[in-house]
Amino acid sequence: MPTDRPTAAELVEAVREFLTDHVAPNVEGQLAFHTRVAVNALAIVERTMAQGGAMDDAELARLRELLGQDGDLGEMNGALARAIRSGAMDNDRAAVLEHLRLTAEDKIALANPRYLTPRG
Amino acid sequence: MDAVQNPDLTAGEQLAAVLRDRMAVEYGPGTKVEDLVRLSGGASRETWSFDAVPPSGARQPLILKRDPMDRQADKQFEGVPEGRLAVDRWTEGRLFQLAGGAGTPVPEVPFFLARDERTTEGFFTQRLEGETLGRRILREDTYAGARPKLAFQIGHAAARFHGIDLDLLPPMRGLPAAEELLHYRSIMDSFHQPHAGFEYGFRWLQERLEQAGDRYTLNHGDFRNGNILVNPDGLRGVLDWESAHLGNPNSDLGWMCVRSWRYGYHDKVVGGFGDVSEMLDGYEAGGGGRLDPAEIYFWQVFGTLRWGILCMILGFTHIDGEQRSIEYAAIGRRAAETEYDLLQLLN
Repeated sequence: MPTDRPTAAELVEAVREFLTDHVAPNVEGQLAFHTRVAVNALAIVERTMAQGGAMDDAELARLRELLGQDGDLGEMNGALARAIRSGAMDNDRAAVLEHLRLTAEDKIALANPRYLTPRG
Repeated sequence: MDAVQNPDLTAGEQLAAVLRDRMAVEYGPGTKVEDLVRLSGGASRETWSFDAVPPSGARQPLILKRDPMDRQADKQFEGVPEGRLAVDRWTEGRLFQLAGGAGTPVPEVPFFLARDERTTEGFFTQRLEGETLGRRILREDTYAGARPKLAFQIGHAAARFHGIDLDLLPPMRGLPAAEELLHYRSIMDSFHQPHAGFEYGFRWLQERLEQAGDRYTLNHGDFRNGNILVNPDGLRGVLDWESAHLGNPNSDLGWMCVRSWRYGYHDKVVGGFGDVSEMLDGYEAGGGGRLDPAEIYFWQVFGTLRWGILCMILGFTHIDGEQRSIEYAAIGRRAAETEYDLLQLLN
């Protein structure tokens, strides 16, 4: 990725601001709704560019620990999904559930941070 | 016979002509059609509002719900696996009538619209005053007096339509809980995107299938805050019966408890307005018997997972190019919310 400014993240931010400041005030109805949806989607991209790498590293480290094997994130998630379905993880439920909860919290922190509620 | 849109007319002009002919049959020659306006922009169904005005007699505020004239849009919707399960308009209208006859509040369905060369099939309902948008029902002062009653009324209404004799129902698909679970899992598998969180939910449910309960009745299929009509006195109508099917009635009550329709009021489990115990009190008062909260909880988990799979369906409807849509793309990401809710519910 080039390091020139504006960076990819700064361009996404610029498009989001353009939609918010210049498009949204001038449209109505379905188009206004879809503009808000587009703004939210770009905000997800921005949060992912800022935080996604560290989240991936942490998720992969947890998956290695759980599964006792190595691979990329896609392979490891596939392996975990198959292991849950087959019952192979039934004796490690607490650890699996804790991993899944941490992963889901990270997904929400990217997709819709306001949705997070304190852990009870 | 397929309905064809005349290119020289707008959709509204062609429909107005159809409605004038139809209303003349119902209310007498010379009945006018006024204030015709399309309400929903959805690709799957068309909803129109209008008034029938007989030469002498009362103005009739009506809603028409019909299949889309744009058959391309219909085909795209049918490509969504869940879409194939929907009932047709004749069945949907009939269910309004049967539910109303059983004591569920619904708008009256006075007559139907047959398919011909100018229009697709549909049915008419009374147009009632009230609110259907979930957020407004939960926030606006107008409904402050209604909100405390809703969970009880929801339970009561469900008991009434769950009690309809199966022999009276039009032909509908039906799935026992175990098969319904596999149905949604096979949809997930069709996307070839392994999902460990949902997988954990499927396993949890499979291990507890005896908690599903063993009753088999009419299910509304999309019984939630958003498909109910509320006025300042409370529940006025249960709407949108297009997802109706046969199955476990607890499924409807669990679906009502999914967090996605609480619109931020997440400590009010039932639709953002009430508690499970109030809903069960209403269900018992409506003649449905005393339900076990553990069964409702099972179906709340099931419903949360089902909504996650439905989000995936819409996301992949966009990704696979069947219907490119920023809205569908964004809903695809809402699967993360349902996964988060699901894992909070599990133990």
